[in-house]
Amino acid sequence: MSAHAHDGPRKGMILHGGTKLSDYFIFNTDHKVIGIQYFITSVFFFMIGGALAMLIRAELLTPNSDLGNYLGDGYEYNSLFTMHGSVMIFLWVIPILAAFANYLLPIQVGADDMAFPKLNATSYWTYFLGSVVMMAAFFVGRPAEQPLLWNIAVALVAIGTIMMLFGTFRVVGWMQMVGISLLSMGVFILWGPTAAAGNITILLTVLTVLMFVIGGRFGTERTSAYVLGCSLLILALCNLLGGASLGIPGAAAGGWTAYPPLSASQTANAPDGQTLWIIAVYILGMASQLGAINMIVTVARMRAPGLTMGRLPLFVWTVLAQSILVIGGTPVLGGTGLALLFERLYGMTFFTPADGGSALTYQHLFWFYSHPAVYIMVLPAMGLISEIFPILSKKPVFGYKAIAGSSMGITFFGFLVWGHHMFTSGMSPWLLMSFMLGSMAIGVPTGIKIFNWIATLWGGKITINSPMLFALGFLAMFVIGGVSGIMLAAVPFDLHVHDTYFVVAHFHYVLFGGTVFGVYGATYFWFPKVTGRMYNEPLGIIHWVLNFVGFNLAFLPMHWLGMMGMARRIGVYPEEFQYVNQLSSFGAFLLGIAAVPWLINLVWSAYRGKEAVGNPWGGLSLEWQTSSPPPIENFPEVPTVTHGPYDYGKGIKPPIVEELPAFQPIPAPAAD
Amino acid sequence: MSSHAIPLKEATIRNRQGLWLFFLTEVFLFGSFFVLRFSLWGDTRPELEQTAGLIATFVLLVSSLAMNRAEVAIAHGDKTKFRNNILVTFVLGAIFLGMILVYEWGALLGLHGEVLGIPVGHILPGDGVYGSVLYLMTGAHALHVLGGLVFIAITLFKGMRGDLTVKDHFFAEACALYWHFVDLVWVFFYPALYLIGHVVDIH
Repeated sequence: MSAHAHDGPRKGMILHGGTKLSDYFIFNTDHKVIGIQYFITSVFFFMIGGALAMLIRAELLTPNSDLGNYLGDGYEYNSLFTMHGSVMIFLWVIPILAAFANYLLPIQVGADDMAFPKLNATSYWTYFLGSVVMMAAFFVGRPAEQPLLWNIAVALVAIGTIMMLFGTFRVVGWMQMVGISLLSMGVFILWGPTAAAGNITILLTVLTVLMFVIGGRFGTERTSAYVLGCSLLILALCNLLGGASLGIPGAAAGGWTAYPPLSASQTANAPDGQTLWIIAVYILGMASQLGAINMIVTVARMRAPGLTMGRLPLFVWTVLAQSILVIGGTPVLGGTGLALLFERLYGMTFFTPADGGSALTYQHLFWFYSHPAVYIMVLPAMGLISEIFPILSKKPVFGYKAIAGSSMGITFFGFLVWGHHMFTSGMSPWLLMSFMLGSMAIGVPTGIKIFNWIATLWGGKITINSPMLFALGFLAMFVIGGVSGIMLAAVPFDLHVHDTYFVVAHFHYVLFGGTVFGVYGATYFWFPKVTGRMYNEPLGIIHWVLNFVGFNLAFLPMHWLGMMGMARRIGVYPEEFQYVNQLSSFGAFLLGIAAVPWLINLVWSAYRGKEAVGNPWGGLSLEWQTSSPPPIENFPEVPTVTHGPYDYGKGIKPPIVEELPAFQPIPAPAAD
Repeated sequence: MSSHAIPLKEATIRNRQGLWLFFLTEVFLFGSFFVLRFSLWGDTRPELEQTAGLIATFVLLVSSLAMNRAEVAIAHGDKTKFRNNILVTFVLGAIFLGMILVYEWGALLGLHGEVLGIPVGHILPGDGVYGSVLYLMTGAHALHVLGGLVFIAITLFKGMRGDLTVKDHFFAEACALYWHFVDLVWVFFYPALYLIGHVVDIH
């Protein structure tokens, strides 16, 4: 941002052109606002998921159930790791990547917004509702035991209803949203032991009406409200027609995979929270799908003049690949979830072998989504560090076409290898072999990326700062996770370590060591762009050191535990595992503490950081060719692209933002 | 939020792409039901009323033809023809929905004996995998039909109010495409439920 547009340095938080703080709490269609909404919400859930992880590691400090009085070692422990996994995957990793995609993708393609801005906002609020449903599972059915909670719930419903009605009729966006959240929360808590089916019907009907209201009130792209409304109507009507549940309080405890027959039965080990879990996952999947449609159309139709597909930043390529995976995979999870839900609620039979169903079919359908989902969770993070490496080593990216193509290769293979999660479930040996070879083949496009990143760094003028350290951390940790992934893809080895801590170590190296490191790096890298202020570098490096040490201390020993045969998902374990488990727990606590400097840095720097220029890293892609933060339309005039995004060292002078026309705040358009 | 006005042609292309991508997600949703059907039923099927199935399928396919005529009519600005054809679509769609409810969901709705000379449905959702998959597939499809009927009613209303013009009638196009898509799903569901496999006694 050029200094001459303002009188002296600006104080406090810098919001991008024309927005007010209150815009961040309502149904706002600006993609930058939505990106920040996604970011804040998912970081909140990251903290909750992290707290659950701390509880898990505290329980695992000793072989016995020493926290038994508070936690228990049976159902309660199961619900801990189930909710940890679900929160981290559905409420943190996927939405945080949506945050970056929402903020960066339209700017990187030189557009003023997404193709369907209102659909985009609908997508965020759908995610928000899904998260409310997911978290409500903790409170389900408790009021019978706790009169105070009951009163709170009644108050929530009353206040929520009034606010929603007022918000709807007086067109006060934030009131409508807050009202609906309170109302849903209250209804969930009230969903007591007797009237499960009835209350859930009310809730889903409310959600349906809400979707139509959003659609009608804000004139959403016609299809979006319709799609959402109808999908929720399916659930509502089926509840209306169906029987009653037993009404068992408690959160989901079937693991994040929710395998039947456990998850399909109404027992104390799969209580009503499990039903809510399925509904939440369905709603969150809906949000992903709407987002994916939006991303694809934006990239297809809204690229700036001169920005050919071969000049797209690599992050855009990975978001494109991710969106294809979402479109092909997530609806299958939705359909499977519906079947599981009906089986739980109405005595229908799909997955319970005792009644003639097939548990294996669930596993196939679930992994047909959830294997592509691991690429949904990691591909955009790969895109983020593909942006960081070339800029901070001042070199053109090595093998642009190879990196872009390998994203598509991962997408293609990603749909063909789900069976490697089911090697011990029973299938034809010929299938085992083809799934094994297919899974190993994914190592090829992934390896292409790794080697191209290394070649990009090779001989470069590397700037060592927080984003670069985290990107390098991604590279190193992801290789470890990738190599243990190749090991797990081998059938004989997998049969040995299936469902042990080796698997836990593997996916934490990929998802934390990969995605979360990439996301940490990206928050520093784009921090000046989003907030208009620089982050604090020493604090960022402290964060990296704590994070790197804590991460490896927590998860490296898990390989060892798994090889020794410690099963995952157990709260009480044989004594010989205690020493290694303690090591892992201390690492996990360190990892938890490591997030503190990050949060302090984000908040403090947003208010007090040094003012940032438009192009602090000297980047050539489009997001660096506008002010920090960008004006409401991203670019004062439609940019024309004449070179690739990583053409460093070719004599192209990185645009300096002071040369751009002075920043003129454009008033935000009215909500309607 | 864009303050550049998007040209109508460009907006229509974007909307159309979005719509087709939405259909793609629906293909995978219905695809998962197909997997359930072939995995759980294999080469068997429950006994369903063939006459009712054939008539319902025929009715739905004819409604698609009428929908197409309506879309062509509004594209040429012929409001009367548009109204007549879209009303035919609506009525035929409603007949289809009614037939599914009576001849497949009859037992659940508490019907007995025959309606119009054809025996009503006798399968309940709780009848093992046969009842479950039947209700899942027909229910998912019927809800899409129900949504389509609402969509058609809105299109009719907008067309009659004059919101749909020769130049800008994407709403009618979307409605027609959606209706054809729902028909196409049934073209696959019908053989999967009524024709493929040999009949087994489900009780």
